[in-house]
Amino acid sequence: MSRRPAAMPNLEPRDVSAWRSRFVLLLFAAAAAALLGRAWFLQVFNKDFLANEGSKRFERTLEVPAGRAAIVDRRGEPLALSAPVESVWAVPRALLGDAEKLPLIARLTGRTTAELEDYLAARGERSFVYLARQIPPAQASRVMAVDAEGVFTQREYRRYYPAGELASQLVGFADIDGNGQEGMELAYNEQLQGHSGSRRVIRDRNGRVVEDLAEFTPPQPGEPVTLSIDMRLQYLAYRELKAVVESHDARGGLVLMMDPRTGEVLAMASQPGFNPNNRRGLELSGLRNRGATDTFEPGSTVKPLMIAWALDQGVVTRQTRVATGNGFHKMGRLVIKDAGGYGDLDMGGVLLKSSNIGAAKVGMQLGAEGIWDAYDAFGFGQRAEVGFPGEADGVLNHFTDWGDVATATSAYGYGLAVTALQLARGYAALADDGRLRPISLLKLDAPNPVERQVVSATSALQVRRWLEQVVAPGGTATAAAVKGHAVAGKTGTVRKVTATGYTEDAHLSLFAGMMPTERPQVVTLVVIDEPRKGDYYGGQVAAPVYSRVMHGAARLLQIPPTDLQTPRPDKALTADASKAVRS
Amino acid sequence: MMRAAFVVFMGVALTVSAIAVVVSKHRSRALVNDLQQLAWERDRLETEWSQLQLEEAALASPIRVEAMARGRLQMAEPAQYIAVEQP
Repeated sequence: MSRRPAAMPNLEPRDVSAWRSRFVLLLFAAAAAALLGRAWFLQVFNKDFLANEGSKRFERTLEVPAGRAAIVDRRGEPLALSAPVESVWAVPRALLGDAEKLPLIARLTGRTTAELEDYLAARGERSFVYLARQIPPAQASRVMAVDAEGVFTQREYRRYYPAGELASQLVGFADIDGNGQEGMELAYNEQLQGHSGSRRVIRDRNGRVVEDLAEFTPPQPGEPVTLSIDMRLQYLAYRELKAVVESHDARGGLVLMMDPRTGEVLAMASQPGFNPNNRRGLELSGLRNRGATDTFEPGSTVKPLMIAWALDQGVVTRQTRVATGNGFHKMGRLVIKDAGGYGDLDMGGVLLKSSNIGAAKVGMQLGAEGIWDAYDAFGFGQRAEVGFPGEADGVLNHFTDWGDVATATSAYGYGLAVTALQLARGYAALADDGRLRPISLLKLDAPNPVERQVVSATSALQVRRWLEQVVAPGGTATAAAVKGHAVAGKTGTVRKVTATGYTEDAHLSLFAGMMPTERPQVVTLVVIDEPRKGDYYGGQVAAPVYSRVMHGAARLLQIPPTDLQTPRPDKALTADASKAVRS
Repeated sequence: MMRAAFVVFMGVALTVSAIAVVVSKHRSRALVNDLQQLAWERDRLETEWSQLQLEEAALASPIRVEAMARGRLQMAEPAQYIAVEQP
């Protein structure tokens, strides 16, 4: 206004032509029409395209990971556990552009600057490369604090194995992406894994989620797997097994413990083992869960099963005696040998002395079919079906393929092959009054139903009482005795088969037994593979392991001592104690 | 007259509801934000829980417990003991 010239003579409006105002109006109308048209065009014709573009820029589908469930023992102790960790990833080109912060990122992810540059440059085309996988959240937040261009974190789960080597072959392991590779991790992969969920969100420019859209699939976490294993017994088995494998320089070994009343496996230790938390330098032999995957000839450990069957079938009685003579017996081209000349033995004596001649003679009375029936009834040759990957079937050829020699040798445990699970199942049937139950590696709510009554309860009890004599003073396995407890068991020393046939200098040292004799609560099988230093007899190598493991098991499972003495007054005892026993 | 009042009323109602929409939208975003904070918190607690479980398992490892009992505490299984049976 101030710049307007002061002298303006005529301020009266002049006449303007009518067309000018009309022209302006028209212009406005045209502009409005253009706007409306454009809006209509965008809203109607381009709507889908534009909505799409908008979503592309701001809507994101986020994965909601479902953690892999835990594997726990029967008392809830974790054997395999997933813990959240962070993985740091980068957009190579973006990070390379941030030259200033590159060295710091390199240092925090454990590389030199040059290494990181090369690493990123080689992957320049990609929009996603890992810088560090599965690092502790604290370390990841240090990397993020650098605030470099194109560096992000992603939540992942890492698998830890708190039990380490103790149950390594049984639990197995999962790979870095959470897929089970071995053992129970593989067998129950589906159940453990769960399904990751997703959510669709709108993010603002800074990456913050501002709105959750309706689409949300909740993650379905995996179901934990509860094993039947008791870690306390597992540790005991592991410790004693490892000690004996080392002291006898054995090739390996296993200890299997189970509850005959339910069919649950309580401990399953194998040597050699591995550390599942650090699998570098892992040897394949360490992966094998020998209790399920390895078969062996059971040798003398089958004698109690065969004799229980013979007793039950009435082929022999408690009074039956067989002549074992001077310890050498010729049967066609087969010479059966005993460790000594035992003369006439009853069935208890055959078991006590572990007489091959006696067993062969009982076997010949049963006949090929009878022996085959016995082993078949005790579950040999039938996979134990515990759901463990790579579980072996064992070998039990049909009796029609057996000649006299095969019949005689099968009576003392040669010519057939079993897994530790199968042999333990057979012993569990003997322990549980002749009732054979399926084996389970998972904790059961109710005992596995009885599959069949193999022998009568009286026959089973009779054989268990004979087996108690094996462990008692004067038997072949006094080293298996457990102070204060009545235990029963049988040794086995099996010659291994090599390329040239049975060998004199490679053996399996076995012991299988149960406790307490009258009403067994635990069945334990010890197998030591090729003890190369010192003794190799089952009664000398495997039996002491059995004794130590059972001694611990009696304490842990609160099995009362069986040599109960009459209560005697004792000043040290409190008033509410009614019975005192020294053990 | 009635008509005019109606128009005014509708106008007011429209304005109020428009503001209400804005307010509730704002609230919903704030709640989403809260939800996320809580999800982070839950994540953090989950992380801590699993780390504590691992720590406990490591400390209670039978190997470690036995080594400490026998080594530092000089413990041993009793050679002789009395078992007491409660009625």
